[in-house]
Amino acid sequence: MSAPVRKVADKQKVEAVGGEVLTVPQLLSRAASTAGPGVLWIFLFLVLPMMILLVYSFLTRDELGNASLPLTFDNYVRFAGWDVLGYDAAYLVIVGRTIIVSLVTTFFCVLIAYPLAFFIAGHEPRTRDRLMVFVIVPSWVNLVIRTYAFMIVFNPSSPVTQLAAALGFVKPGDGLYPSDFAVYVGMVNIFLPFIVLPLYSAVERIDWSLLEAAQDLYATKTQAFFQVLIPQTLPGLVAGIILTAIPALGMFVVPDLLGGAKTSLIGNAIAQQFGQSRDYPFGAAISFLVMGLTLLVLYLYSRRVGEQGMRDLL
Amino acid sequence: MTPLELLEAWSGVLIVLIGLFAIWYFALRRFQVRKASKRLSLTAFLAFGFLYLPIIVVAIFSFNNSRFRLDWVGFTWKWYAKIFGDESVEGGLEGAQLLLATQNTLVLAVISTIIATLLGALLGYGLHRYRFPGSKLTAWLMYIPVVTPDIVMAISLLLLYQVLRVVSPIFEPGLPAMVIAHVTFQIAFVAIVVRSRLATLDPALEEAARDLYAGPLDTMRFVVLPLMLPGVMAGALLAFTLSIDDFVISFFTSGPTSQTLPILIYASVKRGITPDINALSTIIVAITIIGVFISQILQRNQKA
Repeated sequence: MSAPVRKVADKQKVEAVGGEVLTVPQLLSRAASTAGPGVLWIFLFLVLPMMILLVYSFLTRDELGNASLPLTFDNYVRFAGWDVLGYDAAYLVIVGRTIIVSLVTTFFCVLIAYPLAFFIAGHEPRTRDRLMVFVIVPSWVNLVIRTYAFMIVFNPSSPVTQLAAALGFVKPGDGLYPSDFAVYVGMVNIFLPFIVLPLYSAVERIDWSLLEAAQDLYATKTQAFFQVLIPQTLPGLVAGIILTAIPALGMFVVPDLLGGAKTSLIGNAIAQQFGQSRDYPFGAAISFLVMGLTLLVLYLYSRRVGEQGMRDLL
Repeated sequence: MTPLELLEAWSGVLIVLIGLFAIWYFALRRFQVRKASKRLSLTAFLAFGFLYLPIIVVAIFSFNNSRFRLDWVGFTWKWYAKIFGDESVEGGLEGAQLLLATQNTLVLAVISTIIATLLGALLGYGLHRYRFPGSKLTAWLMYIPVVTPDIVMAISLLLLYQVLRVVSPIFEPGLPAMVIAHVTFQIAFVAIVVRSRLATLDPALEEAARDLYAGPLDTMRFVVLPLMLPGVMAGALLAFTLSIDDFVISFFTSGPTSQTLPILIYASVKRGITPDINALSTIIVAITIIGVFISQILQRNQKA
């Protein structure tokens, strides 16, 4: 709640934001007639599906490929590596790879986003708005389109690939894709705007007089940068990292198009269970693990920054 | 793998990493000057170049006179002619398929945006105004679609539909199911935007209206609604672009006749890129950019 609800002298009544004094039933009926349908929608199509996901993850796949009883932990056990054929940590390897890809992507996004945010914040307000639009526009171009553009950029005959071949990074005649490198480039390209947005609004709020104070106290440039400026951008940085690292965990289009068979990530594993493999319970188990991680991060974040701070996410 | 091989395999990444860090560090060392330094400008320029690289590449290759190859052959307009109905051009997608996908994308975006804007604006208003059982939880839940990976939302909705299919045929894969899925993530974005807009408003304005004997409906009609309208419009615009842009959630909830443009593009990329996809993408990008500029101009006029 953005503004506190004041207690009114009459104990039976409460004051809503905006100064209206209402009885409790009145308040409830007003709330139900405004927020009601939205709350209902969110519980029906957001919360209920998450619960169904959990239930599905304990079901068993029958001979016809349908989800059925009995309830078991088998899907999670299989995910951890114990299958009928013996121990195989294939899915744990995918998890590890996904986490690495997500972290590396986030790292590069932060690296590129910082100078960009400082650059934009260094302009006068009107230019700033325009530059921010420039940052956002690519994120409105479809993900699939932007991803396959890199298939063109990295195909064997492109200038980029030939330059890489001349420098010895790839064999002449080979493409730069499919490869881990192509996946990283694609991922960074797609997630960069998401991290620039919150970071920029943090940089814009920087109190530059603190920098002068630091310099008066003989801080070196590096000291001042890391101890005065960077800490002030932390809220934006954390929001940006959440907005990149978590969605990156479930990304499946980029590795699907730009990665080879070896670059399968959790997202691809989930998609496979709901596509070719038709093993919904197992797919639900993997999805639920990602969902659980997301909820955990979101919960810890909201505990830390409070409700006002969560606005940094959007 | 020996450590040496590992180092060799990662050397490319490592070099790029060190290089970027060097650029980053030197660019930012000049932060003291609030005016952008040359190094900072150069880095920003490269970053913008990187962001726009895919868009530019797609646009260039939409004029490529080759049916299958990914390298440059020669200039042609024929892929655009094909998209606008020239049946004599060989290769690429069927015109009817393309038309249907465009139609589906727009119908889906318009219907879901209308529903989401209505429900989301009311939700944002209700959450701002009243504290009721579950209001705090709902405010928190709204951030789930903002953060959760698309595929997880898509899968959970797909499973919900499997269960609800018994109740009603609208949960069969197809447009109605896709509309529900889109509204689910759009509603959260609209409500958050509207709610933050309302939080910036001065509550005294409403009190003043009441002091001047405006009834609750009049206060709503003449004071609150005009003030929250920019937030509602911004939310609606965001919801619309999110719907147009969505691939993953549509992909898992669509039926055979409800393909949207992103799904069509994905399917043809999987089969092998065809140049008319480049042309189609370029047209979509051009419309997007023109739309952005129009909304920018409208906003500027509003401010002035």
